[in-house]
Amino acid sequence: MEIVTYTTVETFVNHLPEVTWVGSLIKAVLILAVISAIAGFGTFIERKVLAFMQRRLGPMHVGPYGLLQLAADGIKLFTKEDIVPQNANKLIFMIAPAITAATAFIALSAVPVFPDFTIPKFIPVLGGTFVPSIASDLNIGILFVLGMMAAGLYGPLLAGMSQANKWGIIGAARTAIQFLSYEVVTGLSILAPIMLVGSLSFVDFNNAQAGGIGSWLIWQQPVAFVLFLIAGFAETNRTPFDLLEHEAEVVSGYATEYSGMRWGMFFIGEYANMITISVIAAIVFLGGYSEGGLGWLTIILKVGFFFFLMLWVRAAWPHVRPDQLMWLCWKVLMPIAVINVVITGIVMMV
Amino acid sequence: MGLEQFKNRNVGTQNYKMLDLGETPTSGMDKFKQVVQRTFKVELFIGLWVTLREMINALLRGQMHTVKYPFEKLPISPRYRAIHDMLRLLESGHYRCIGCGLCEKICISNCITMNTRYDENQRKEVSEYTINFGRCIFCGYCAEVCPELAIVHGPRYETASEQRASFSLFEDMLTPIDQLNLQKEYDGFGAVTPNADDNIKQTPLAY
Repeated sequence: MEIVTYTTVETFVNHLPEVTWVGSLIKAVLILAVISAIAGFGTFIERKVLAFMQRRLGPMHVGPYGLLQLAADGIKLFTKEDIVPQNANKLIFMIAPAITAATAFIALSAVPVFPDFTIPKFIPVLGGTFVPSIASDLNIGILFVLGMMAAGLYGPLLAGMSQANKWGIIGAARTAIQFLSYEVVTGLSILAPIMLVGSLSFVDFNNAQAGGIGSWLIWQQPVAFVLFLIAGFAETNRTPFDLLEHEAEVVSGYATEYSGMRWGMFFIGEYANMITISVIAAIVFLGGYSEGGLGWLTIILKVGFFFFLMLWVRAAWPHVRPDQLMWLCWKVLMPIAVINVVITGIVMMV
Repeated sequence: MGLEQFKNRNVGTQNYKMLDLGETPTSGMDKFKQVVQRTFKVELFIGLWVTLREMINALLRGQMHTVKYPFEKLPISPRYRAIHDMLRLLESGHYRCIGCGLCEKICISNCITMNTRYDENQRKEVSEYTINFGRCIFCGYCAEVCPELAIVHGPRYETASEQRASFSLFEDMLTPIDQLNLQKEYDGFGAVTPNADDNIKQTPLAY
């Protein structure tokens, strides 16, 4: 891991200690451990919330309130036979899930997941190490994260095309459609807040909204917020836009032939992406972790709200057809996003 | 309706009632108006509210639908027809069956087999009584025809068993003598109605 240097150090608070490579390493391990645990736990939360919304109980029998269902599922995924279908392109079939999982976590390396802190002095070896809020504070943070999440769609695309299965092919084609649709909206919708803040760094976004609820960017950019949320749902394959693996139509789409841990990697990647989108929405539009002292709590609450919203929407809304998604993104959302950017520019100039 | 109308397969010549779905927009402006209307109606949020309301109902107001079946069971109707029970007389504890053989006669799937003999008091005694549950269709005729309310349908609906012969002997179905105080009267077919007293009339002897 390279040594991280702050390129936006003048906007960053000056008296903070220097970021060492040990601090970045600790942060990276922290993110990997916590996010994969949360991604696993997210499947449990999703099953529970969907069940409650249908007035069911959800998983109940493994452990108290079904909490150990996670462990049971994990054991099952790890011990299942790793099947590669006969006519599949073996190499691509085997690395495709890794693309999804890896890009999801690489994207998280440039996202501030928790506020920064210093390890207390009394702890041996690592005592006094400053752990930054971001594993690597790139000056192009948002661009990097969105690019990495976009690259993550190569996972479903290659998986669907390599598995010699017609449902997989349809899933891959739908991946391409989805990719062509939402990416423009994501970029254009988040462009307006970027213009207001004047930086692509998440830390700058966070610091720009440090003045309490009134200074949140959602009040200045409500349209961009809604557009980004819609595009984020498409980016994470959540329900109104879950074309890639809609069971009722294409069996399981790109994941039809996958089983065991390879399928599990798709799953972890999807949930890590959900968390990433939630964190981006919370930091860019809802003030991030800027509340002094309570930042760690408010960011968790905000991310939790967006995560819950994704499950909530899945329980409530039907999904759209691929052509409807394209129509929505290109003919409705993109013009609105462009108009939003233009109006933002005019207001800033005047 | 005559047969002619049934045989007419030409779609469109029949009398169909058309639903009023409004007009499909044709011009670009009309389509745009429809999109705007649908966008700013709050239908999507109504959908969100419905699911959230159901979640609140389930979690806070005790309207969860799930019954954790092997641990919880729903009450069943007294008229439910499951595995038969043989009842006893409450006073003497003797079984109620008088060996009349009506249940064997009426059984439409021929699954009841019984043998009777006279005991030392010259009373009918049931020497053998089995129900073949591989054949029984649980129609309830035996309980309905029984003049003594001796054979009735019980509430045992979990009838998975390792052997076909399970439940089927007279002793298996008979109320255990030490649980006589727990014996419930049957409310299903053939039982005395709750308002039986009101229905009692003088026997019309003068025809």
